[in-house]
Amino acid sequence: MNMENNEKLKTAQQEEYHHLVNRTKPKPPVVQNCLWAFVVGGLICVIGQLFLNYLLGLGFNKQDAGSLDAIIMVFLGALFTGLGIYDDLGQKAGAGSIVPITGFANVIVASAMEFKKEGYIFGVGAKIFSIAGPTLVFGFVASVTIGLIKLWLIQ
Amino acid sequence: MPALKKKGQQTLMFKNPPFITSWASLVGPKEGEGPWGPYFDTVFADYLLDEESWEKAETKMLREAVKMALSKQGLLPGDAELFLAGDLMNQIISSSYAAREINIPFLGLYGACSTMAESLAVGAMMIDGGFYQRVVAATSSHHYTAERQFRSPIEQGVQKVPSSQWTATAAGALVLQSTGMGPRVSCATVGKVVDMGQTDVANMGGAMAPAAVDTIKMHFQDTGRKPDYYDLVVTGDLGAVGTALARELFIKEGLVPSPNYSDCGVLLYDGKQGVDSGGSGCGCAGCMLAGPLLHKVKNGEINRLLLVATGALMSPTSTFQGESIPGIAHAVAIENM
Repeated sequence: MNMENNEKLKTAQQEEYHHLVNRTKPKPPVVQNCLWAFVVGGLICVIGQLFLNYLLGLGFNKQDAGSLDAIIMVFLGALFTGLGIYDDLGQKAGAGSIVPITGFANVIVASAMEFKKEGYIFGVGAKIFSIAGPTLVFGFVASVTIGLIKLWLIQ
Repeated sequence: MPALKKKGQQTLMFKNPPFITSWASLVGPKEGEGPWGPYFDTVFADYLLDEESWEKAETKMLREAVKMALSKQGLLPGDAELFLAGDLMNQIISSSYAAREINIPFLGLYGACSTMAESLAVGAMMIDGGFYQRVVAATSSHHYTAERQFRSPIEQGVQKVPSSQWTATAAGALVLQSTGMGPRVSCATVGKVVDMGQTDVANMGGAMAPAAVDTIKMHFQDTGRKPDYYDLVVTGDLGAVGTALARELFIKEGLVPSPNYSDCGVLLYDGKQGVDSGGSGCGCAGCMLAGPLLHKVKNGEINRLLLVATGALMSPTSTFQGESIPGIAHAVAIENM
């Protein structure tokens, strides 16, 4: 009985403290962050669009131009990660620089750079997808699911 | 049965308070640019210190801090009898590898960012217990080794929240002796693990504040001292958010948050350095103590100092498993006497 009461008291104290923390904790500047995300994310997409239009202008068909465009943007994401610029951009832009395909390049290259000191096999090789891995796994799961839905429902 | 030196529930009163005879603090560039830059013995120009990896750089920084603290008395590492140290790395590698070079008996400690107070308290016990005459207590942390172990790769573009803290690149080492000149460690309060169910690893100050307040409360209860006994009560690395919470808790506990309370994490950087809530890491309390704070004790600007180094005892594994963050704090009283 006593122990049960102690447990209840502890939970109540924890809850009270949790409220205190939430009151005290500074709030992130949401509006400012959203604006940064919108502008930076938008700019990355505009750059992608410019490349796409240029490639289409060169006479590539839509599918090839799309693939080449993705390759160029991934390269740029990787390049700016290597130059040490992308992390500063991410600090400002948040999701604006994480969501576009350049963000995917960033997490892979950042991991590769980080773990190079542990060698190419157990460092780079083993850890390169440590952050991008979930995206790949759930991307595969989603594509298989959609494939099955198509197979069963839309024949 | 001999008279116990423990007073109250958690506090150890030293019969022959050990002397802190010399000390050294080594810091990284960012800490050097902060308001206390001139008080540190060495400010490194970069984070690698001519080593191949950040881990090796941290080891070097700790090792050099120990050597420098001893050399200030004209001593070599071999002149110390025991090396007490800890850091944030898995298996406390920075300390163990530093001990490999220093080559004296070594006890590794882990108290996360509370290690400076932990190593001081243990060292003082060893000396007052009559086991050793000269002990080195040290700790270190490195921004980039901590980032990669606890957070994300350095170049990854993640957005920090305002309650997050910046792990200090710093090392502090203190030489404790049974005889000599200098400020003395009069008592120490060993803290309990306090966990208030906080799970936000981007708000460590919030997770550790209850532990700090608990230890401070126990210290005053055990010793019968009043908060104004000390010229300065300084916590380790609660940061701005944790300090604000601690002040609220002080009021709740009936402890007056007098103007003589501060926090190393708040002091170490100035507001324009982009550190959000403040500094953290073992080195934060380590370099502030072995730099500006002991300097001021030596000058007589501070005669009674209570260092309450705070630690968050989680690991990335426990965090991913949804465990809350256990906090701890140890208090060490340093006095001119």
